[in-house]
Amino acid sequence: MEFLRPATWREALEAQANHPGAVPIAGGTDVMVELNFGRNRPPALVDLTAVDELAEWSTVDGEIRIGATMSYTKIIAELAEELPGLAMAARTVGSPQIRNRGTAVGNLGAASPAGDSHPPLLATGATVEADSVRGSRDIRIEEFYLGVKRKALEPDELIRAIRVPAKRGPQQFSKIGTRNAMVIAVCSFGIALNTLDRTVGTGIGSAAPTPRHAGDAEEFLAGNLPWDDRDPVPDGVARRFGELVADAAVPIDDVRGPARYRTHALSVMARRTLGWAWEEYRCA
Amino acid sequence: MRLNLTVNGEPQQADDIWPGESLLYVLRERLGLPGAKNACEQGECGSCTVYLDGVPACSCLVAAGQAEGHDVVTVEGLAPGEDDLHPVQEAFVEAGAVQCGFCTPGLLVAAHNLVEHNQNPSDAEIREELAGNLCRCTGYEKILDAVRLAASRTRNRKQEAGT
Repeated sequence: MEFLRPATWREALEAQANHPGAVPIAGGTDVMVELNFGRNRPPALVDLTAVDELAEWSTVDGEIRIGATMSYTKIIAELAEELPGLAMAARTVGSPQIRNRGTAVGNLGAASPAGDSHPPLLATGATVEADSVRGSRDIRIEEFYLGVKRKALEPDELIRAIRVPAKRGPQQFSKIGTRNAMVIAVCSFGIALNTLDRTVGTGIGSAAPTPRHAGDAEEFLAGNLPWDDRDPVPDGVARRFGELVADAAVPIDDVRGPARYRTHALSVMARRTLGWAWEEYRCA
Repeated sequence: MRLNLTVNGEPQQADDIWPGESLLYVLRERLGLPGAKNACEQGECGSCTVYLDGVPACSCLVAAGQAEGHDVVTVEGLAPGEDDLHPVQEAFVEAGAVQCGFCTPGLLVAAHNLVEHNQNPSDAEIREELAGNLCRCTGYEKILDAVRLAASRTRNRKQEAGT
């Protein structure tokens, strides 16, 4: 196995192109587990941590551009205002040690349906920047996930950054697990209200082969929220929203929880996160 | 593969590194520093916690090559001298925060980091900061006692130094 340590993004793309099957590594919180347990022996590791620019974020046309090696700790410390949903999700990742090393882009690379970054990225309509020596392309987040741990990247492509629209209203995130730390989500849910356009974004985690939107729920809620009066959400609207979110999931029974529980929990999380987000809007 | 890094303030070199091995393996098996413990190898237990460039990390999840040129401090590097203990280590001894001792090195690094940044932590803050370190013996109560003790002593010392 080769260990490649590019110093520039260009070198990283060349390393990936020239070593078919190479695995990129940043925080190592997924990749090293595979290596430690002998589950994967890739021909090469491409270490992205020496490409300094990737650890930073910037603002581009109203979007926050998060570099490939930016840690969860840094997202929490620096982006809680602009990206509250992602920052909330980041706070639920692993433990301090894991958040110091783990990255949101790594969550995309692993493409586990349970990854904590996915619901807020879906709810806000993020864009994945995929680069290769052949060029650069944008992938809409909902088109990025193809299946369990499968994603829309070509073998020579690396994710350089994700672009997330800056907050346009209240955002919330909720996750079910057995304790507050070191928990892989039983299921999770993110909501983002866009109070300017009066639209709603959602993201469901760990309750389908891929993270996904609840499209019908988004449309229903956007059309039925009392945007002008800022009245409390009518009970019937909140309940129906929860049902539509649950309908969008196709969970399985597994070691973390049965499908029936996940479906029920999703409807509860959808109602609650809506309540928290709407309360913030009403008080704003 | 050859690896150069700084460990506990000293430049170190290790040869014949397999690129997929972890920083933890390098520390324990190549450099003779068995303080950081090898338990879960998946970042769940925190026994292998070390400082990497001043930030606590699970050394089992750092590929050896990623540490090239970087600065590592292990539990062996916390004490100021051969015969002295760091106040956090003293507090663990005094509070009886150790039973089998396997989780202790990782907890000491995590607690050391906490006390460095927060000399007046609430119980919730201590629990959050130590959430990545599992202990199967103590039930954590004595560990919380030790962290409170270390924090208050550090706070008092800083106040004395400030006056």
